[in-house]
Amino acid sequence: MKIAFPTAGDNLNSVIEGVFGRAKSFLIFDTETKEIKIIDNTANLSAAHGVGIKSAETVSKAGIDVMVCMNCGPKAQDVLESADVKIIVTDESTISKAIEKHNLNKV
Amino acid sequence: MKELVIISGKGGSGKTTVSASFASLAKNSVISDCDVDAPNMHILMKPEKTLTHDFHSGLLAEIDQDKCTSCGLCYEYCRFDAIDKSTDKSGKTIYRIDELKCEGCSLCDYVCQANAIKLSTPKRGVWMESDTKYGPMIHALLDAGGENSGKLVSLVKSKARVKARDDNADVLLVDGPPGVGCPVIASISGADLLLVVTEPTQSGKHDMERVIHLADSFKMRVAVCINKWDINPEVSAEIDRVAKENGAMSVGRIRYDRSVPRILSEGKIIVEQDGEVSSDIKQVWRDVSRTLKS
Amino acid sequence: MLIAIASGKGGTGKTTVACNLARIAKTPVTLLDCDVEEPNDAFFIGGDLIDQTDVSIETPSVNDQLCTKCGVCSDFCKYNAIITLPKKVIVYDEMCHSCGGWIVCPHDAITTNPKKLGEISIFRNGETTLVQGQLKIGNVMSPQLISSVKKHISVNGLNIIDAPPGNTCPAIEAVDGVDYVVLVTEPTPFGLHDLKLSVALLERRALRFGVMINRSDIGDDGVEKFCDAKGIPILARIPNDMRIARAYSMGDTVVQSIPEYADLFRQLMSRIEGNA
Repeated sequence: MKIAFPTAGDNLNSVIEGVFGRAKSFLIFDTETKEIKIIDNTANLSAAHGVGIKSAETVSKAGIDVMVCMNCGPKAQDVLESADVKIIVTDESTISKAIEKHNLNKV
Repeated sequence: MKELVIISGKGGSGKTTVSASFASLAKNSVISDCDVDAPNMHILMKPEKTLTHDFHSGLLAEIDQDKCTSCGLCYEYCRFDAIDKSTDKSGKTIYRIDELKCEGCSLCDYVCQANAIKLSTPKRGVWMESDTKYGPMIHALLDAGGENSGKLVSLVKSKARVKARDDNADVLLVDGPPGVGCPVIASISGADLLLVVTEPTQSGKHDMERVIHLADSFKMRVAVCINKWDINPEVSAEIDRVAKENGAMSVGRIRYDRSVPRILSEGKIIVEQDGEVSSDIKQVWRDVSRTLKS
Repeated sequence: MLIAIASGKGGTGKTTVACNLARIAKTPVTLLDCDVEEPNDAFFIGGDLIDQTDVSIETPSVNDQLCTKCGVCSDFCKYNAIITLPKKVIVYDEMCHSCGGWIVCPHDAITTNPKKLGEISIFRNGETTLVQGQLKIGNVMSPQLISSVKKHISVNGLNIIDAPPGNTCPAIEAVDGVDYVVLVTEPTPFGLHDLKLSVALLERRALRFGVMINRSDIGDDGVEKFCDAKGIPILARIPNDMRIARAYSMGDTVVQSIPEYADLFRQLMSRIEGNA
């Protein structure tokens, strides 16, 4: 299962970015292979409108199954759901804490 | 950390007057002025040690007159009336882009056959971080005619949030813009409570309804406070009724006092003076902070 | 003649001035309420609704059969209004600026649909026509609606534009092309700060303007000094009068009920005509 987290960091201890659409990158964790991939999102940050939408588009194209974030606007949610991505809303501050809290370490 | 956003729908209802008083009453807060078009909080907050950053946004097209063949395609295709057509002394048709009308869509660049369109990301204004007696303040100012998409507002908010988190602030106080457009949407996004400051007029009531309607679409908690309520007690009662019908809670009323503008003119904050208006605002703050914590 | 009543700061009295001027005008008047986010002139002008039309903008509509999900449209769109996913393309109407970018589609798979931006309502009360624009909540394109309202500018008589507050796109769209702008302000530091921003904008747009000070006796002399120093004409001063505040709160104009204000607004109108 491929899980994405909005973050400025590059490892599992990184802090989850609070505002989904403004994340500098997305960290994708593959629960099967345990591999980490970073998708750069900075190109989308300069938009005046709809950063959430565009960020959702960018990360969906990477073929993820789940998005874990602290909040996600209705349009960004719409994009993710249209791409068949499940959204998990978390209170946890770091990626590893969120993985543990939401039992995401299963294949 | 709780986020309180103060808006009005109608301009001139007293948002900034109330926000400044709240800044004085709130202990451990970060202040943010999101009316980036016509900011006023700094007049009362008196920011110091200001760090100023440029704000660039969107795209602006420019026609390179050396490359332009005057084919007129850009003029034909631009849907924002942003291309001016004129004739020079030699009779040649000159096309020029109106900087204030250009929306940065880049369609002119797409249709141009002569590669004569240059696109750049212009500076639209500045955002600032300052110290004040009442806490750190994040604010901004758009250049005249700058596009007011809400992006600068979002930037101010996100910087203010980071500051509030880093400083372990209890409250982030946001003085919002008037209206119901993009800047207002950007300013209310993520708030724990919206306070609508309104006035006892038909216009105030109408504009409050529109702003509550906007807040509803974001599923936000809304509180309403009537400023200068005794100018028209009947309309004030109507406003309370309408607020309730729309699911908003009333958090009190502030009476009219002729001396308020003079106090503001002296750069003073109302709750730091004695008097009944001051007490009224303090009561509203008590109700608001209680609601904010719940 | 075409004049605009504007202000950097909200709540200074634009609508009060626009509506009272409309009421005392001798010629037929067309009042254009361009504060499309929060239009209020109708409260003061009243009259009968004689027409109401929807104003729409074109937004893209993607033909799924022809679409190959190539993503060229999404790459082009500067407003993130069209999103290409592996299996479908989504259009977000509310984000769309109607720029016309749908022509970039290499497969001719995009046509357009009208999307409601807002409404224009026309009221008539005697010799006064009110054209009101009201933006649908959630929409972003105020300038385009304002431009549609301005299409109702009459060739006869006096046209008064009630502009939205501020100095960005909607305000610019409202005041562009007018013969004269009346900047309404209040004599306080807030009023002065925002007045300076408006003056800078109008100078940049090369528009002729003068200043009207509302509630002239409540604050300080900062605004007067600023206008004096810059040679900006002060067209009128209206004192802080509870009668005006009460009339406004009920949706009434003062020129009918209080003769001294009828005179004041007539004088304001003469000064505007003289300076324009």
